[in-house]
Amino acid sequence: MATAVVGSRIKRREDPRLITGEAKYLEDIKLPGLAYAAILRSPYAHANIKSINIDKAKALPGVLGVFTGKDFADVNPLPCAWQAGGVQNNANTPRILEIDKVTFTGAGVAVVVAEDRYTAEDALELIEVDWEPLPVVVDAYKATQPGAPQLHENAPNNVCMEWTVGDQSAVDQALHSADIVVKQHILNQRLIPTPMEPRGCIAQYLAATGEYTIWMTSQAPHVMRLLITAFVFGIPETKVRVISPQIGGGFGAKIFLYPEYCLMPALSKKLGRPVRWMETRSENYISTTHGRDHITDIEVGAKRDGTITSLKVNTYANLGGVLSTIAPGIPTTLYGRMLSGAYKIPNIFCRVFGVYTNTGMVDAYRGAGRPEATYVVERAVDLVARELNMDPVEVRRKNFIQPEDFPYDPIILRGLKYDSGDYDKALDRALEMLDYANFRKEQAEARQQGRYLGVGFSTYIEICGVAPSAWIGLPGEGWGAALWESANVRVHLTGKVVVTTGSQTHGQGHETSVSQVVAGELGIAVEDVTVQHSDTLGTPFGYGTYGSRSTAVGTVAVYNSLQKIKEKAKALGAHMLEAAVEDVVFQDGKVHVKGAPDRAKTIQEIAGAAALAYSLPQGMEPFLDDTTYYDPPNCTYPFGTHICVVEVDPSTGSIEIKRYIAVDDVGNVINPMIVEGQVHGGIAQGVAQALWEAAVYDENGQLITGSLMDYALPRADFFPPFELDRTETPTPVNPLGVKGAGETGTIAATPAVVNAVVDALSPLGIKHLDMPLGADKIWRVIQEHTNGV
Amino acid sequence: MYPTEIDYHRASSIAEAIELLSQNDDAKLLAGGHSLIPAMKLRLAQPGLLIDISHLEELKSIFVSGDKISIGALATHAQIAASADVQSYAPALASAAGIVGDQQVRNWGTIGGNLAHADPASDPPTVVLAYDGVIHIQGQSGSRSVNAQDFFVDLFATALEPGEIITRIELSNSSSAKSAYVKLSHPASRYAVVGVCAVLEMNGSTCTSARVAVGGATMKAVRSPGAESVLTGSSLDDSALNAAAAAVKSDIEEFLIGDMSYPEDYRQAMAGVYLKRAVHAALGS
Repeated sequence: MATAVVGSRIKRREDPRLITGEAKYLEDIKLPGLAYAAILRSPYAHANIKSINIDKAKALPGVLGVFTGKDFADVNPLPCAWQAGGVQNNANTPRILEIDKVTFTGAGVAVVVAEDRYTAEDALELIEVDWEPLPVVVDAYKATQPGAPQLHENAPNNVCMEWTVGDQSAVDQALHSADIVVKQHILNQRLIPTPMEPRGCIAQYLAATGEYTIWMTSQAPHVMRLLITAFVFGIPETKVRVISPQIGGGFGAKIFLYPEYCLMPALSKKLGRPVRWMETRSENYISTTHGRDHITDIEVGAKRDGTITSLKVNTYANLGGVLSTIAPGIPTTLYGRMLSGAYKIPNIFCRVFGVYTNTGMVDAYRGAGRPEATYVVERAVDLVARELNMDPVEVRRKNFIQPEDFPYDPIILRGLKYDSGDYDKALDRALEMLDYANFRKEQAEARQQGRYLGVGFSTYIEICGVAPSAWIGLPGEGWGAALWESANVRVHLTGKVVVTTGSQTHGQGHETSVSQVVAGELGIAVEDVTVQHSDTLGTPFGYGTYGSRSTAVGTVAVYNSLQKIKEKAKALGAHMLEAAVEDVVFQDGKVHVKGAPDRAKTIQEIAGAAALAYSLPQGMEPFLDDTTYYDPPNCTYPFGTHICVVEVDPSTGSIEIKRYIAVDDVGNVINPMIVEGQVHGGIAQGVAQALWEAAVYDENGQLITGSLMDYALPRADFFPPFELDRTETPTPVNPLGVKGAGETGTIAATPAVVNAVVDALSPLGIKHLDMPLGADKIWRVIQEHTNGV
Repeated sequence: MYPTEIDYHRASSIAEAIELLSQNDDAKLLAGGHSLIPAMKLRLAQPGLLIDISHLEELKSIFVSGDKISIGALATHAQIAASADVQSYAPALASAAGIVGDQQVRNWGTIGGNLAHADPASDPPTVVLAYDGVIHIQGQSGSRSVNAQDFFVDLFATALEPGEIITRIELSNSSSAKSAYVKLSHPASRYAVVGVCAVLEMNGSTCTSARVAVGGATMKAVRSPGAESVLTGSSLDDSALNAAAAAVKSDIEEFLIGDMSYPEDYRQAMAGVYLKRAVHAALGS
């Protein structure tokens, strides 16, 4: 059955070129006359630039040019394209090179272009900057307090914005009348996304046409073109072509417009040479965006029976020294509006301060706001369970939104409703995999032996395919554009299909999953489908790949075009079969007369006839070709249950993950193997936040964890084999029934692990621990609570 | 990622390498390059001349001579890990060499380069010290040998004089001993937060001789005479191990190093824990 291709575990079509090294990354692109740029970055986290002397650098043989911010004073600062909705945002964004002052270590202040990168790096050492260092603040709460160093004139107390959701007085009242109220201070530490490939950009300006071609490591090439032309340079969009070559991972950090993506084209124009800049890992760690970094206080109220009645959240979200492209939207729309989790919590209020500090920019990182929200909610549920001495599973069940409640309005989503779900079903399956009753017996025995065994749950939900444009856009949530996605599907004369999409793929396997949808709908081989993307020349406008939106939005655009193509194929097929269109059906790649499957024309025959156009029905245009712009009516809301089992070694504080169980529901699944791959990587990243990863700045604003020698990424041997399963609750939001699978693991895993460690140490009276749960921290906690035994 | 300009010379012999090393103050030997080149890429090291000795065959061999095992300075970690002679004469060195860095590091990195670099968090120095190794050195004025105990001087500092090259590392036959190296790895670098090597001669259940070395927690690999004396003559029971753990913590006190993630007191405590683990691992208990 041809249609069974959707839902099958076919191998990724992208992989042969990646495995054999034939894929072309930015670093592989060589252009005649290519020149190499290196950027001088601020060694200070907060300083005025009194003067810069570039004479010696310019005199070094092989140097083509040296420039400072003053040379680009006429270029606009970068735009902040998503400001927090409905409130004043005191926005400050990077310039392509800073002119007067810097607000974080790593800000670019000068650039050298040379015949090779080595010479450019040598010349950087010859640039003399007269710095005036200023006082530094790196902590988002401290930055808002009286006497803190002030980073920007337009942002008193370093507050970029103060945003709220919910009814504060109702929540206060509900807390007041709750049987119990639990308060907790919760840190969600800063993380560094660390894609395998750092960022880079090559720009070529052609004076004869005034056109730029820009290759960049971007998850959103069309958006980059729009921002560079319309906002930074003020030139027609048509003068720029942006190409994302093969991208070595992004995790969100490659969504944004960075100074270098504008600097390289500006340099190419000045020098008349193509210019390339490729980030080193050290640069990546200080100048590419980070994620998370919240300081939060919560109060959660509940009845004695475990019913949660109220949740009050106050968060200081560190946004860094300047705003990255969509920084304010992450801790507001994608965080505050998701604080109901999978539960009916009638009263929720959240206040968020977006705060400038002398640290690197913070923006979306895999999960983007939802991991932070899920962490708060899933910790809150456990805190309630602990306070009431109830099983955390029971508290979850007690508060779950029930299948009959959908579409469910959590109120704080400003009119959007959760689409579909059966939260108990995923939880039941995960508990069955764990053998929960037996585990608690094992745990009791372990405790008798002085062992610290624990289990943690995360019954998360998240939000994918964020839409519709009218909800997310400027008048609503402040997103400075739309969020539809586009696709063009063409069935060529030979029956081969070309799909062009505005989405971008950098590890998600879109070329495979989109091909599966096309093959399934048209009844053709997957190999007969080509998916083209990531080049603004030849693809329709699209907003790019992030927020688990490319399948739930982008592939639905493809699907809708396929329906229109099938309708046209039916009309032409009927014409070819000399039958009425009402009397034919499209099935398994053929149009045939109802009840007479032998009277059929294949899609290839019909495509050929449509292309040749020798005999078309009256008024029909040649060719099978359709373009769709799809703006979803709602977001989608994946959910599931993750369970982590840990054992803590009290002599060292080391934590062993003994089991990791994940039952996710991402709606219908196009390729289970791709989904499992996403879940695996996501879990690894989510667990890593709980146990290992932390970006740490010292009080001078220097990134202490500035290399992979210090910043602990997860490794395969840190984990047991993951035990995965799925439930499938299709979304009614889109015709494919798909929700999105790119971030579930990252969102779900972190609280599951922390809840497990807290459970393991609960005999010591531990109720909460801040991440990362490194061996030293855990050892100390155990020492303190056992009097050093 | 982009080193400064360097001259490169491929030495044709040990003598030529020593000659060049003596004549150039800013020269560095290039063997596996797995400590030097990363430092050069970050411009933390800026040698003017690299003297490549990586191809000198006479420094690569591992052989047994009498009751000693001799390991060439250019033997790679992977080579040492896989050597039947090392596995038999100095099993803890074979197992430690098998967990240095990652596979690429082990395929390129050499024991001579590793010891000369004297990174306090590296594994081989601790093990060579516990085996009472002897470092054979050649310089312009001839050859000499230094006991491992005297070789490691300080953080990244050894007894090597300018112009000297490590040629071989010699260990006594410890095939009758029970030995093990265990470490608490830093989750990012996999270097030792603390590493302990125990080499125990046993007569039945009694330990007749114990050598204990600690690294990672300390500015250089150090022996623990206190732990050694507690263990020697004991039956390695819990009370002996507890006393040895206390002794090792005390012995390393003056050498402790620490950082944000793993402060000194934590590393000190872990030295005691890992001493016990090293003994258990050596005994297979």
